[in-house]
Amino acid sequence: MPGSPWMHFGRWALGTRTYKNLPVLKYIDEYRDKQLVENLVRAISDTLSREWTLMEICGGQTHSIMKYRLQDLLPKKISLIHGPGCPVCVTPVGLIDQAVELASRPGVILVSFGDMLRVPGSEHDLLSIKAKGGDVRMVYSPLDALALAESHPEKEVVFFGVGFETTAPAVALAIKQAHLRKLKNFSVLVSHVLVPPAIEALLQSEQSHIDGFLAAGHVCTVMGTREYESLARKYKIPIVVTGFEPVDILQGIRLCIEMLENGLPGVENAYARSVRPEGNVEARKLLEEVYRPVDRKWRGIGTLPSSGLGLTRTFEKYDAVRKFELQDRESRESENCQAGEVLTGQILPSDCKSFGTVCTPEKPLGAPMVSTEGACAAYYRYR
Amino acid sequence: MNNMKQAKRYSLQCPIPKSDYEHILLAHGGGGKLTQDLIDRMIYPLLGNEYLSQGHDGALLPPVDGELAMTTDSFVVDPIFFPGGDIGDLAVNGTVNDLLCCGAEPLYISLAFILEEGFLLEDLWKIVQSIAHAAKKAEVKIVTGDTKVVEKGKGDKIYINTTGIGRVMTGLNISPQGCEQGDVVILNGSIGDHGIAILGKRQGLELESNVLSDTAALKGMMMDVFREMPGIHVLRDPTRGGVASALNEICRSSGTGIKLIENHLPVSGGVRGACELMGLDPLYIANEGKILVIVPEKDAEKTLSIMKKHPEGKDSQIIGKASGKHPGILHLETSIGSTRIVDMISGEQLPRIC
Repeated sequence: MPGSPWMHFGRWALGTRTYKNLPVLKYIDEYRDKQLVENLVRAISDTLSREWTLMEICGGQTHSIMKYRLQDLLPKKISLIHGPGCPVCVTPVGLIDQAVELASRPGVILVSFGDMLRVPGSEHDLLSIKAKGGDVRMVYSPLDALALAESHPEKEVVFFGVGFETTAPAVALAIKQAHLRKLKNFSVLVSHVLVPPAIEALLQSEQSHIDGFLAAGHVCTVMGTREYESLARKYKIPIVVTGFEPVDILQGIRLCIEMLENGLPGVENAYARSVRPEGNVEARKLLEEVYRPVDRKWRGIGTLPSSGLGLTRTFEKYDAVRKFELQDRESRESENCQAGEVLTGQILPSDCKSFGTVCTPEKPLGAPMVSTEGACAAYYRYR
Repeated sequence: MNNMKQAKRYSLQCPIPKSDYEHILLAHGGGGKLTQDLIDRMIYPLLGNEYLSQGHDGALLPPVDGELAMTTDSFVVDPIFFPGGDIGDLAVNGTVNDLLCCGAEPLYISLAFILEEGFLLEDLWKIVQSIAHAAKKAEVKIVTGDTKVVEKGKGDKIYINTTGIGRVMTGLNISPQGCEQGDVVILNGSIGDHGIAILGKRQGLELESNVLSDTAALKGMMMDVFREMPGIHVLRDPTRGGVASALNEICRSSGTGIKLIENHLPVSGGVRGACELMGLDPLYIANEGKILVIVPEKDAEKTLSIMKKHPEGKDSQIIGKASGKHPGILHLETSIGSTRIVDMISGEQLPRIC
């Protein structure tokens, strides 16, 4: 299949690791291979005839690009800008304030993924509430939050459900399990967001000068590639589903550049080892059962219609906002924080006036400097 | 090697001394009969030596020929028992290694326990046995100690504080400012083992890895290095914050830029797998049996060969070099040939969200 990563690896893999004479892929080393990287960079240079601007959507890809300094290896004619692919970064300050409020209440255990703990709200972040005595706990899986609820029936356990379509199914599973087990003391502060509406908003914006997209490999592992086809057709733009290792990203860039040079918009899958056109059917069924699309405010972008997930009627009793009657409060962001412009690719983190001076990972003004998926953190850490 | 380490060093031959109590009571820290009973039954039999048995409030130590080095450390690890060791091992090995990093021969250690009411005596016994075993292996003496008990909920099972005293080896001139351009950075083995062993055991994360903590006292290896290679420039043990934090401090202190080579960083398969899974970087993960030895280039091969003769140094290798580029900054040549900065970490490493 054209552009398949297998074409590049077959010859290399067969010559090296084998088990019973079959090539053994370790799925990490091969995708960080120096020779392959050099081959891909050369292939990109050979195809390039003019300047192009590409945007990657996933924060994990941003970090990989920065960690391996891929932009240093690529021809200068290619500009890589970074999209709103960090769910922590786009969580509106108001939601963080609601999480902080819940965490401050006695009798509540606020449970979250690690990334959210240091993101500044209007006044506090969750880690500082923990230091003041709030019960804030970090988990790696939403099912751990469920276990907490079962082992602490006297407490209210609230899970801060942040993430794109990659994470939403696991949270849906926790909600469904809570429902089946008739748990009364479990709820979720639902903060999930969807990628395609964000891409559409970026393409509709007048400031947009994006020529092609690298779509998020793990979001597409869940959702498949089909919802990107209408976007590609409508805006006549190439979208390449891309993985996370250096070879994956370069392969995605190579395909994107080829499509641009040949004037062929559309969707290509450069992460076929993980992504199928239909995605993960079971996960998608779960999403449809537990969630419904809602309008969602994105930090730095504004409210995008049908860009977030809310709970369906059967499960709405697990919505923490409903359960605790949380109000939308006036939220404040630092006026020195240019997170919005970074998240929409209008500026690079290093262009922000606060970058590295007033705003650092130790004293972040906004989420992109805190989150492991944040562009600002990536630029700071791997500069 | 790993299996040997995992097998209990003490066996049914060392059962816990008979006692009327299964748990630590507040009275055990009261300074009265129960305290004395605890020391007599648990401490003296295992740790006893000519200094401890004097029974003074402190230790009366003989004069030392040369300068003294002193270090202090507190151990609050959770869980207290982990794959490859326990808090007792850490207490002795950590203190010994700190003294070695000062260029000193470790001699004496003080030991203070803060026990939580309700702590199992059985567990205390295991920890004291670990301490005894580690001290014997490292050829250091536990010369004085203290035991306090706090109410349930005011501590966390056991905290240990130590002070270590050593004799500074003459002829050495070791300091973090001592790193010079052209120096070579040697590490005695794989990185990240201790941190991942702990993370794997900690509540909330059930990893099926076979990673063992690398806790070890490096006295044997380093005393040989001190004797034969007096020209060492810098020593540092990469504990909390890992190799990256230790080397960042050295870069800042000395003003040199150190370049690491990613392909030369020794990382075991288990650590690598756990790090990939959780989005952690082995460069920032704690080690407890490792030492960074920075020497002039001309001394590198000889230093390596001395280190490799010892079990704790058999996997020693050169991981980087102090280059003239990027002064004061730790940087890394990646496996794909690009170069990036390796920054000081802020706070604890937090894993990926998606």
